[in-house]
Amino acid sequence: MENTYTLSVFTEDKIGLLNRVTIIFTRRHINIESITASESEVKGIYRYTIVVTASQEQVEKLVGQIEKQIEVLKAFYHINNDILSREMALYKVSAEALKENELFTRIVNENHAKILSIAPEYIVVEKTGDEREIKHLFNDLEKFGMLEFVRSGRVAITKPMKTLTTYLKEIENNSNTTIKHFNS
Amino acid sequence: MKKYKKYNTTVTGAEAVILSLLDAEVTDVFGYPGGAIMPVYDALYDYMDQLNHYLVRHEQGATHAAQGYSRVSGKPGVVFATSGPGATNLITGIADAQIDSTPLVCITGQVHSHLLGTDAFQETDVVGISMPVTKWNVQVTKAEDIAPAIAKAFYIATSGRPGPVLVDITKDAQFGKTTYNYEKCESIRSYFPCPKVNEDEVLKAADLINNAQRPYILCGHGVLLSGAEKQLLQLAEKAQIPVASTLLGLGAFPPQHPLYVGYLGMHGNYGPNLLTNECDVLIAIGMRFDDRVTGNVSKYAKQAKVIHFEIDPSEVNKIIYADVALLGDAKEALELLLPKIKSQKHKDWLQKFTDCTAIEFEKVVKNAVNPTSEKLRMAEVIDQFHKLSDGNAIVVTDVGQHQMITSRYYKFNYPNHNVTSGGLGTMGFGLPAAIGAKVAQPTKEVVAVLGDGGFQMTIQELGTIMQSNIPVKILILNNNFLGMVRQWQQLFFDRRYSFTEMKNPNFVAIANGYNIKGKKVTERKDLNEALKEMYESKEAYLLEVVVEAEENVFPMITTGASVSEIILE
Repeated sequence: MENTYTLSVFTEDKIGLLNRVTIIFTRRHINIESITASESEVKGIYRYTIVVTASQEQVEKLVGQIEKQIEVLKAFYHINNDILSREMALYKVSAEALKENELFTRIVNENHAKILSIAPEYIVVEKTGDEREIKHLFNDLEKFGMLEFVRSGRVAITKPMKTLTTYLKEIENNSNTTIKHFNS
Repeated sequence: MKKYKKYNTTVTGAEAVILSLLDAEVTDVFGYPGGAIMPVYDALYDYMDQLNHYLVRHEQGATHAAQGYSRVSGKPGVVFATSGPGATNLITGIADAQIDSTPLVCITGQVHSHLLGTDAFQETDVVGISMPVTKWNVQVTKAEDIAPAIAKAFYIATSGRPGPVLVDITKDAQFGKTTYNYEKCESIRSYFPCPKVNEDEVLKAADLINNAQRPYILCGHGVLLSGAEKQLLQLAEKAQIPVASTLLGLGAFPPQHPLYVGYLGMHGNYGPNLLTNECDVLIAIGMRFDDRVTGNVSKYAKQAKVIHFEIDPSEVNKIIYADVALLGDAKEALELLLPKIKSQKHKDWLQKFTDCTAIEFEKVVKNAVNPTSEKLRMAEVIDQFHKLSDGNAIVVTDVGQHQMITSRYYKFNYPNHNVTSGGLGTMGFGLPAAIGAKVAQPTKEVVAVLGDGGFQMTIQELGTIMQSNIPVKILILNNNFLGMVRQWQQLFFDRRYSFTEMKNPNFVAIANGYNIKGKKVTERKDLNEALKEMYESKEAYLLEVVVEAEENVFPMITTGASVSEIILE
């Protein structure tokens, strides 16, 4: 059965590594729904948040292949219940909306969004939330004339308390201290 | 040997490449020069007494030669190529090395760093292109980064599950100056090459094996990579477990041993395939359940508990679910397991394999090695060659019918004597891989057994044999067909032989053109003498044996069939 999974991938900072990781999805014909990359709480370690729709078996194998990459420290997958996640969206609507100022302001407020900028021709609204909330605001604002819309990838924090540094210590301990060389 | 003392001195990046290779204990390189790697070749000119370079005739040949070199020596194979077409020509060999876990370090020249991304002459994004088929790759744009990158490359290529790596070096980095130092790389923070064997899993495995009625060992390439042949033998003997081998595992277990039951896979032996679906504990050591071994996975060993010895965590449960996974080095895991194994006898179970061998002998082997046909058959050629060489030769095969026949009828007495392209199935692999094998093992007899199709894919490497004087023996089984494809056309495409018939040149004349002796045999009466002449020749030698045009390789597990549905004719 397919489900939405959020993958958190912790990596070294290396040119081309993101490409190596995405190839793993492409090769298995799995579409990446969103991807976000930034530095994590540990300096020099990057975190990719990747959202896919796949079966659990597929996701387990994806994570295995991702961890196999030399510069990947650790990869995890989560179902939606295990994470707190947010996306951000920007909506550029026609300044005509100000003609119905009261309605427009009410929509923005009820959606917990905020007005980022007002210009003679347009208004930019900013909204942080989950996918459904962002879509909801889109539908509400569409009647004012949507000039542009952009949504970020998902960022997610896991609910369990285990920290990245604990995992890093664990993997260091589990890996073989006597490093095995080919035929030696 | 002249000793180089260059630490803390200023050298060019190109010289740093050569010095790093020497520090990594490299003695042989296969390559082809070109614009973007000229500084490295210029630096090599001063080190020709310490680093042997073999000039191939196509960069693909360099990768296969490096693979052959690695597979018989355990050392990483090293390749030089230029940018653009030189680099792209490496891809087939790199992909082959990746899927067959062979350590290669490929060094490519690249255009000047200020030209990157400008579609400069002979610029190609080789780091991007090679990404899906390398274990690791990197582009170096500064002279000072060269030695650390090469040190890292050797560590990654040879540690854990081995594989190919590529270091792409821009021309300005080769020309640049740096203070040379080489520090061997021995760990990388994010890389865990060899998991530590879990002792609880060892106990679970021992329990399964000790209580098994019909245990069965499948040994693969991992046994050879780990050097676990002795431990495998001890396990098999102690608990009297039959052992079968994958294509790349051939030679890991002595073929004449009473517990050796044969070769697995699509054209493997009858018993080893059939009885996979009768064992109660399947012990897979250093193998990855390739589809040519499993046939239909939904009907594969469903009755058995599976113990999987595997160094690469991503291989566990990838194809076949493992009840017990022994993650780590096979030798280390076997050493932990052995003291916990009880002596056993499995007489009735072993008898089943013996019975299957007898059936296969009657239906397939007898007629294949002593045929009544007028034309020579492939199996009799390989059988005679096996007897002549006592199973002691390093045999390098290409891909196709001759490869399956050789794997079936040549019995490898020693580990690391079977060199073939398994996972990728690369036609054209055989000749250059044999060159590499002979370079690595000059005192051993190296025989390339090739088909007429595959030979012509890298036939130009005869030039490498001539120039570097490499006494490789070449045995062509010529059926004037792309035989394996033709066999499938016959069996599954209603004998519609679409573009599989080959009009072939005079192979002996071509060999002679390269100053290589050769002979062609068409009659059975001449075969033995000709094989002997080839085998005993001190120089390179090509023997073409014309065989039955439309012979099929049997047994066979057809596509989609289960291992227990193996057909004998």
